[in-house]
Amino acid sequence: MMMKREGEIRIPSGCAIAAVISREGKGIRGDLITEAMKPMHDRSNGLGGGFAAYGIYPEYKDLFAFHIFFDHRSTRKECEALLKERFEIVKGELIPTRKIPEITDEPIIWRYFVAPLKSMLAAEQIDENEFVARTVVRINTELKGAYVFSSGKNMGCFKAVGFPEDVGRFYRLEEYEGYSWTAHGRYPTNTPGWWGGAHPFSLLDYSVVHNGEISSYDANRRFIEMFGYKCTLQTDTEVITYIIDYLLRRQKLTLEEVASVIAAPFWSTINSKPEKEKEKLTYLRTVFSNLLITGPFSIVFGWDGGLMALNDRLKLRSMITAEKDDKVFIASEEAAIRTMEPDAGNFYAPSGGEPVIVRVKEGKF
Amino acid sequence: MNINATGLDFMDLNEALRQSRGNCTITNCLGQRFLAAGISDKTVTVSGIPGNAMGAYLNGAKIEVMGNAQDAVGDTMNDGTIIIHGNVGDAVGYAMRGGHIYVKGNAGYRAGIHMKAYKEKQPALVIGGKAGSFLGEYQAGGTIIVLGLVDNDRPIVGNFPSTGMHGGKMFLRSDCKDIKFPGQVHTHRADKKELAEIEHYLRHFCTYFDCDLDELMRSPFTVAMPDSNNPYRQMYVPN
Repeated sequence: MMMKREGEIRIPSGCAIAAVISREGKGIRGDLITEAMKPMHDRSNGLGGGFAAYGIYPEYKDLFAFHIFFDHRSTRKECEALLKERFEIVKGELIPTRKIPEITDEPIIWRYFVAPLKSMLAAEQIDENEFVARTVVRINTELKGAYVFSSGKNMGCFKAVGFPEDVGRFYRLEEYEGYSWTAHGRYPTNTPGWWGGAHPFSLLDYSVVHNGEISSYDANRRFIEMFGYKCTLQTDTEVITYIIDYLLRRQKLTLEEVASVIAAPFWSTINSKPEKEKEKLTYLRTVFSNLLITGPFSIVFGWDGGLMALNDRLKLRSMITAEKDDKVFIASEEAAIRTMEPDAGNFYAPSGGEPVIVRVKEGKF
Repeated sequence: MNINATGLDFMDLNEALRQSRGNCTITNCLGQRFLAAGISDKTVTVSGIPGNAMGAYLNGAKIEVMGNAQDAVGDTMNDGTIIIHGNVGDAVGYAMRGGHIYVKGNAGYRAGIHMKAYKEKQPALVIGGKAGSFLGEYQAGGTIIVLGLVDNDRPIVGNFPSTGMHGGKMFLRSDCKDIKFPGQVHTHRADKKELAEIEHYLRHFCTYFDCDLDELMRSPFTVAMPDSNNPYRQMYVPN
């Protein structure tokens, strides 16, 4: 019997996350974050690992980098035809991988550096980000056997079924240098574990790694699908990615405001705030009530220029941050941070709903 | 005996610990879980960062960690002493039913939840710094003490302390003006008799972490206790 795929089955209820960023925009090699996942090995079960890396394609930094899984050569041909209708493809190549016994049954994994065709943008009367987002949703919902798992500029996601430390070796991450990295080890509890279902989930330059199990999935999904998103995988992280994209890119909220929507404080906490803040929090919680995410989560959200760490308002998952020189570290466990930097300091456990936002200095990447 | 934890997974490390005789020092610990779980007869000193659930079900041993510890330290411990020369993660002393935990720094969320006591089994959790939200949620017995000995503008404990508390006592070294307690909990300033009850815990704290007892006692303590011995009297049937 064929194993059911992600999106076809839901199995009810852990995970490991880690991240590092250089505020100075200095290059960090991918093996640093790969090593960080080792002491958290038992938080995953080998059914998914992945990384998001920012600043890794400086030579193509004005082009969208699509990372795509294909289950067959013919699917790739079909997908390339679709891409050619909408983009100038500057480069298309296999993503370099390493054959290792721990990672098997890999799909065909390609990357394309593309620029949207000006004529198409003019015809559809949308900006290039919206154009790319629509293309990604279209491929992932309509083109069976093709899955775009990364679509931002000068960034890329790398994910697979396996333990994260093996996934890092598989994708030869030591050959990449980025100013910021996030990582995830998966313990899938709701879905069977498929390459596309591993974290990070990504749209444009936004990426999310998530440890938790949100109980508001269906309420959030129903709301967000009214705005053109399609949740294809039944995993809660996908919906978080779309919610953040909707609030940041389309509603133009600040990151702090996004945090106050998805991890809204309790009414009792809101009522104890000064008048002005109370008014703002009440507004956000009322207008975007369908985007409140309940249930346990700790996430690291990455974008072109920074990282945000956030826990659910009850802080039902662990997360700790630390610093050393220009670097900031975030992880589910202090041991992971100590692996990256034994002498890290300023260890801090953010409160539930308290975002930790780190930005790279202007002009540094 | 010394065990170098480098490259050992949690099973190997715990097995090496069980096989060791007498006191034991673990160096280079890096996230190995369940350290010293259930152990009754040793003194274990840990350097590095122990993994989650250190000292779970501890049954009389003494563990001293020279730096920070992660989540779920002393989960359901029965007896013994845990001393942390740093901060601890979430849920320290979860459902502990005996023994003592001393933390020099801060504790995360849900410290001491479900703590309970029976006759000579009187657990105590002493936190030198500040504590996160849900401190002592559903506390049914034992003593939780928070000293607030860190200099920042956070309150001594986060939101919703002692929610569902129905036994035991919580001592916060603060006037607690900015703290909201739930309705079923009664708070008052600790009197001399109550301070005498916790003095031996504070004395130990000062010995372990080298601070001055008189200085500690100069600030007021607020005591939180359940309002009644039977807070659920009217909840189901009158009894």
